[in-house]
Amino acid sequence: MMAFIFRDFSLTKRYLGWVVVFTFYAMVNSATIALIGVAAKDEQLTLTLIVGVLLWSFLSVLFNEIASSVAYERWEGTLEYTFMAPVSRLIHLFGVSLYSAVYSIVRLVIVVGALAVFIKLDLSRANLWGILVVLLVSSFAFIGLGLMAAVLPVFSPERGAEATNIFQGCLLLVSGVYYPLEVLPAWLQPFAKLSPATYSLSACRKLMGIGSGQGQQGQGQLVGAPISEVVPELLTLTLMGVVMVPVGLWVFGHVERWAKKTGKLKRTG
Amino acid sequence: MNKVFRKRKRQGIFKYTVNEQWAVKDVSFEVAQGETYGLLGPNGSGKSTLIRILSTLLIPDHGEVRLMGHKLPDEERAVRWKIGRVSVDAAFYKRLSARENLLYSAYLYGLEPKGAEKRAFGILERLGIESRRFSDPLEEMSRGMQQKVSIARALMINPPMLLLDEPTTGLDPKSKRDVQRFLEDLREEEGTTILLTTHDMNEAEHLCARIGFLAHGSLVAEGTAEELKSQAQSVTLEDAFIKMTGEKLSNEEEEGGKNDRRT
Repeated sequence: MMAFIFRDFSLTKRYLGWVVVFTFYAMVNSATIALIGVAAKDEQLTLTLIVGVLLWSFLSVLFNEIASSVAYERWEGTLEYTFMAPVSRLIHLFGVSLYSAVYSIVRLVIVVGALAVFIKLDLSRANLWGILVVLLVSSFAFIGLGLMAAVLPVFSPERGAEATNIFQGCLLLVSGVYYPLEVLPAWLQPFAKLSPATYSLSACRKLMGIGSGQGQQGQGQLVGAPISEVVPELLTLTLMGVVMVPVGLWVFGHVERWAKKTGKLKRTG
Repeated sequence: MNKVFRKRKRQGIFKYTVNEQWAVKDVSFEVAQGETYGLLGPNGSGKSTLIRILSTLLIPDHGEVRLMGHKLPDEERAVRWKIGRVSVDAAFYKRLSARENLLYSAYLYGLEPKGAEKRAFGILERLGIESRRFSDPLEEMSRGMQQKVSIARALMINPPMLLLDEPTTGLDPKSKRDVQRFLEDLREEEGTTILLTTHDMNEAEHLCARIGFLAHGSLVAEGTAEELKSQAQSVTLEDAFIKMTGEKLSNEEEEGGKNDRRT
C-alpha cells in the first residue's frame, strides 16, 4: 500500500503546478457560488451554497481521483507494470483510495481557508465533528462508485474517461448540491435517492443548522443539530458503502480478468 | 498453448463483424533453470503475446503454462514474485525521476527501500548511467537510458526468471553492448533463467543457449544456433530463419504492423 501512497505523493509533487491551478480554481469557484447567497442577503442560502460547494469539492475529487487511476496509468503506459506486481488488487485500490482521501481533505481545508477570506463564516455553533463523521462515512460510498468507474478506461481509454465525467455530472445534477431536490423535474427526483451525495448533503446541512426544524435558532445564530438527528442519513450512507465497496472490487476484478482474456490491458497510447 | 484475439469491426449502425487472429498457435517449449532461451520472430509472430502470458497479463485460451513450478493463471500471485519483465516500451511515470520510479518498484515488491535503491544504482552504474542522472525525470532521458533504468528495475528485485521483450531494440550500439554484457554477467553470477525475444540474429546467437523460431504464432523450429543452421543447411542463422519460416526479420523491424497485428 505504501507503494501507491509514495507514487501518488511523488506525482503530486511533480505536477504541483497543475495541483495549484486546480486548487485555485476550486477556491474561486467556491467563493463565487457562496457570494450568490451573500448578494441575496440570505444567511441560510449562503450556508446552503457553502455546504454544497465544499462537500461537492471533497466528494467529487475523491471520486475522480479513484475513477481516473486506471486512465492515468493507461496514459502513462504503466498499467501492465502495476498489474503484474505481486500486490493484491484490494491493497492496490485501498492505497489509491487512501491517498485520494487525504489529498481531498487537504484540498478541502485549503478551500475552506480561502472561503473565509471572502465570507465571514461563523461556524462556532455548527456540529463540525458530526460533519467530519458524515464525510468519513460518505467516503466509502464514493470510493465504491469510484472503483466501478475506474474500470471504464479498461474498455476504452478515451470513452471510459468521458463516461466517468458524464456520470459525475449526473451525480451533481440529481444530488441537490446547490438547490432543494423539489425543484428538480418530478421524473428526475427518484434518482436523487440513489446518490450518496444526497444523504451527505442532507446530513451536513442539518449539522450546520440549516433548514427549518433541522437546527435551532438561538441568539440570532444557526445552531447545528446533534448527530442523533442524522442517524437515518448515516445509516443509509453506511449501507451504501457496505454494498458499493465490495461491488466495486468485484466489478474491478471481473473486468481485469476479462481484460486479460481479451488483451485489453495492452498499452494503447 | 493457444491465444486468439477477436476484433469487432463496425459494418453498420447495429452490425459488426468479428475478425479472429491467432496470436499464438500450439506453441510448446521448455526453458531449463539458468538457461537463456531466445525467441526469434518478426512483428506479429507472437513473441510479445507469449511474454505477456508468462507475465500474468494475458490468459491463454487453451493449454497449460507452468512457470517456476507454478501453474498459470491459478497461481499468478506466486509467479509475480519470481519474474522480472523488461518490455520494448520502457513503461515509467515519465515525470518521476529514475530514483522515484525505482523506489516505487521497491515498495511494490516489499523490498527495503535503501537496500533496493543501492542495488538498482549499482546496476545502473554498471550499465553506464552516471549517478548524477538518477534524480532527473525520465522524460529528460534518452530511450537507451530509459531502457537501462527498466532493466535495473527488473533486476532490482533479483528475480529467478527474467522475461526480456526486445530489450535492445532501438538502442545505440554501445548501449546494446552494455546491456548484452550485463546479461551475460547476470547469467554467470546469479544463474538467472532468461527468456529473450529479439529481432537481432547476432544477439540471439551470442546470448542464447537455445533459440526458437516463431512465425505467425507458431513455433516453427527450436534448438541451438548450430543445430538450427545445420537443420536448414545454412551458413548463417538469418538464412536458417528465412528457410524455415519463409519470412524475413529485417523488413519487419518497424514498430506497428500495417494491419494492426498484435505482437
